[in-house]
This record gives sequence, C-alpha cells and structure tokens, in this order.
Amino acid sequence: MGGARPLHPGRWLGVPALFCVLATIAFAAPIRIFGLQLPEPVFAMVPAFAWALIRPSILAPFALLLLGLFLDMFWGGPTGLWGLSLLIAYATALTGRNMMTGQSRPMMWAWFAGVTAVAMAGGFLFSMLDSLAMPSLLAVFWQFLVTALLFPFAHRLIDRFEDADVRFR
Amino acid sequence: MPFREGPLGDLKVPLTWTAAVALIVAVVIAVAFLLADRRETLQQQAYGVTRQTVDTVSKPVSGVIAAPGRWTGLGVDFISSYFFTASENRRLKAELKEMRGYRDMYLAEVDKNQSYQSLLGLRTDPPIPMVAARVVSDTRGPFANTRLADSGSEKGVVVGNPVMNERGLVGRVVGVAHGASRVLLLTDIASRTPVMIDRTNARAILTGDGGPNPKLEYLRGVDPIKEGDRVVTSGDGGVVPRGLPVGAAVKGLDGRWRVVLFADDAAIDYVRILLFKDFSQLADQKALLTRSLPPVTTEDPDVSILGPTATAPAKPPAQTAPATSTPPAAPGATTVAPAAKPPTTPAPKPATPKPTPKPTAGQPAGGAI
Repeated sequence: MGGARPLHPGRWLGVPALFCVLATIAFAAPIRIFGLQLPEPVFAMVPAFAWALIRPSILAPFALLLLGLFLDMFWGGPTGLWGLSLLIAYATALTGRNMMTGQSRPMMWAWFAGVTAVAMAGGFLFSMLDSLAMPSLLAVFWQFLVTALLFPFAHRLIDRFEDADVRFR
Repeated sequence: MPFREGPLGDLKVPLTWTAAVALIVAVVIAVAFLLADRRETLQQQAYGVTRQTVDTVSKPVSGVIAAPGRWTGLGVDFISSYFFTASENRRLKAELKEMRGYRDMYLAEVDKNQSYQSLLGLRTDPPIPMVAARVVSDTRGPFANTRLADSGSEKGVVVGNPVMNERGLVGRVVGVAHGASRVLLLTDIASRTPVMIDRTNARAILTGDGGPNPKLEYLRGVDPIKEGDRVVTSGDGGVVPRGLPVGAAVKGLDGRWRVVLFADDAAIDYVRILLFKDFSQLADQKALLTRSLPPVTTEDPDVSILGPTATAPAKPPAQTAPATSTPPAAPGATTVAPAAKPPTTPAPKPATPKPTPKPTAGQPAGGAI
C-alpha cells in the first residue's frame, strides 16, 4: 500500500517551483566580472519537462502558468509570453511521454534540448507578434544553450519522483 | 453525503484527459494575458499594479541576493587594480597628457560659445536634474532587457525619464513604483530611440533586438555613416533630450549598421535617472483634447480686406468703371465683365476660408442654409 500513497503536490510541484524562482532571482544579479555577465537560463524549463514525465497532472499546467507569469513580471517582458512558452514545452513533453520513458540519459538530454527548442521557438514567435520586431537569433540561441545545460536538474527531479507512486509507472 | 458514496462515486475520468483539459485552460489563460498585454505602448497605464507590486517586492529581495555578487565584483576590482597598477598608471598619464590639450581647447570654445550665445540671444536648454540609483536586478534575455533600479516615485521619477550611466545612455523608465523603477534598456526588442550620427547629423532609429548591439534603422542621407562614427540622441519626438552619447557605429555580421553602446563600458550597478520632461508632458493634455470650439463670428464685409472699403483704394479698375451695374460689395467682380453678369447674381465667395458654423444636433455641418 505504500506505493499507492498519494504524493503531496507541495513536494513535487511547490518545492521545485520555489527553487526555480530563487535561482532566477539569483541569476538576475547585476554582476559583471572582467566584462562578463552571468548567463540567463530559463530555470522553469526544468519542471516544465520533468513534471510532464513524472505524471499527468491537473495542477502542473497551472503551476507552470504561475511560474511563467512570475518570469514575465520579474524580467519585465510581455505578460503571458513565458507562461505560454512553458505550457507549449509541457504539452510537447506530455505528448512524447510514452516515447521518452525508459530512454538512456543522453537520449533524454536530447529530448530536453528539443523541448527547450520548441519553447524558445514559441517565445521567438510570440515575441515577434507582440513587439512586431524580430529578436536576435544569436541571443535566442545563447539562452537556449544555457537552458539546455540544465538537464541534470531535470533528470534528478524525474528520478526523485518518477517511482513515487506505482500507479504512474 | 460524501462524493465517493454518491451515484457519481464510481465515475473515473482518465487522468490524461483531465490533465489535457487543464493544459488547454491554462493555455487559454496565457493567451488572454498575452493579448491583453500593452507593454509595447510603454505607458504608465500599461504598467499595472501587479507589476508595481512585483517590483516593490523584488527590490529588497534582489538587493540582498545581489549583495554578495556586488562585494565579489568590488573585491575582484580591488585585486585587479592592485596587480595592474603600473600599466594603468602609464595609461592614465598618457590620457592626462592628451586631455590637457582638450582642456585648453574646451576653455577656448566655451568662451567663444558664450560670446555667440550673447550675440544671438540664444535660448539654451536648462540643466536637467538627476537622481542616482543602484541597479538591483538585470535581465539579459532575448525577449526582455530591463533593469530594476532602487529609486522610484518618491524621488520624482516618472515614466519616460531617460537613464544614463557615466558613459552613455542606458535606456528609459517604463514603470515606476514606490522605491523602484523598471528601466527598459536600449537593447530590448520593444526599445525605439531617435538618434543621429554626430558627424553628419543623419537621423536614424535605434532599434533593440535582444542582442548586445542594437540596430540603426531608417538611416537617411547619402553616405551618412562610417565605421566608428559617434551616435548621439537626436531629441526628435521630445522624449529624450538631444545630444546624449549612445555609442559608436559598427557594421554587423548581418550587414546592418549597429551600435556598440558606450554604457556597456561602465559599471553595471549604478545609473542616473534624468528627470527630463518632454514638451508633451509639459503641455496640458486635457486642454489639448478639449472639444469646445471658439465662438463663430460671421465676417463683416465692411471690415474685410476684400470688402468695399478695403478693396476700393487697392483696386483701381473698380473705380474706373462707376457706370456699371455690378454691385460694389461683390468681391472679385472687378475681374469679370460687367455685362456678362446679371445684377441679381450672388457674389462669388472669396478665396479666404471662412469659419465653418458649429454643427448642432440633428443638423450636419455641411447642410446649413
């Protein structure tokens, strides 16, 4: 019966979301050392990928929407841009969930990079429609690159909660 | 009665489907937010209470989180200055030698300029008051380039104020809360700044794209720019004062003219907010938008410049034909043969426009008489 014990949403949704918020604030610090600034990865991409793989959930899309709205408010971007982009990433991961389960780590990393690319492409498109101007492709690629490097955190999150409830194996 | 004991207790909805429905609802909400967003208008009304609250809360939180990083930066600066003192001393001596020449030229030019100003009675712009602020957070993504500064409405900062550091223009204020203001950088995709090339006075619009070097668009003139030209604000539109240093022109890899911002050479954590009010802010917008028209006055032909008293001495042909039956009040009649016009023909209208009578309810303006 232990496996059927319901997993509290605060553990697999609340805590990772909180960590994302804190990491985003930390990486927004105005630091420039030897002319170099901190990168700006989209930490919320980690739960957007991992939550879809851990289990289908009703709460996860709304948690992602809140995370995206926080990113828009904190970064000063158009409201709804990152909420929509993260939900597109979540939808992509949820659709390919059956294909991803049981894959090797490099393959999962490639999937994470693909899902991140879909989200960035969505952000690029929505930003273009909203501002009627084309964002710099180089800047988009740079953010994609630093975000794709966050896969180990997503892997850790999936490993931690994938088997938490036997009903979702 | 608990739900599970009711008739619907055995009803089991597939979790995947409910998750998909939740996802669609969340997407619809996000789309609604995006459509309702008016960030690109860069107006105070578009910067809602939610954003102001987030900024007010973010300021102390980001300030605390950024403090160790700031101390680290100061420590690195201290160490690097310790190791590079000799080379920096040599560089500064060379720079000082060059600057002495510029100083003498500057003093001579100031003297000459004051003479010209007094001769011409030139009205120069008044000095612009400034507010110093510390940057507590910095956004560098492709879709948003903003900074949060720790001075806000309590110090008189308003939306539209230009922001500089000691080297050049950084951006402008797009949102103000108590104790914090959001600065839209020149590199943001929504940023448009009227600039000019200092050497040729050629105008352009500095357009951000999320990258480090914004583009120069709508560049006009024949051969208006070359590599290394200094770019300054043009003051067109009145939002930013004229002559603020922006950067140096470079040719980008994509063949477009871009600008290397002077502001990037300075420290990132301190800015100056110019409390500059443009002419549109100074004007009374309500008075400009008022719809009350001045009272309608019909022209008195006796005092009109085209009337008989005014035209009589100025039009000799009218005086040389007193026997004609043309009424004297008809303006323009002197150019028409008297016999060709019957006496009862109304006079043609003068070329000068007359004020249109104010339309009343139920009667269109063109339907009078």
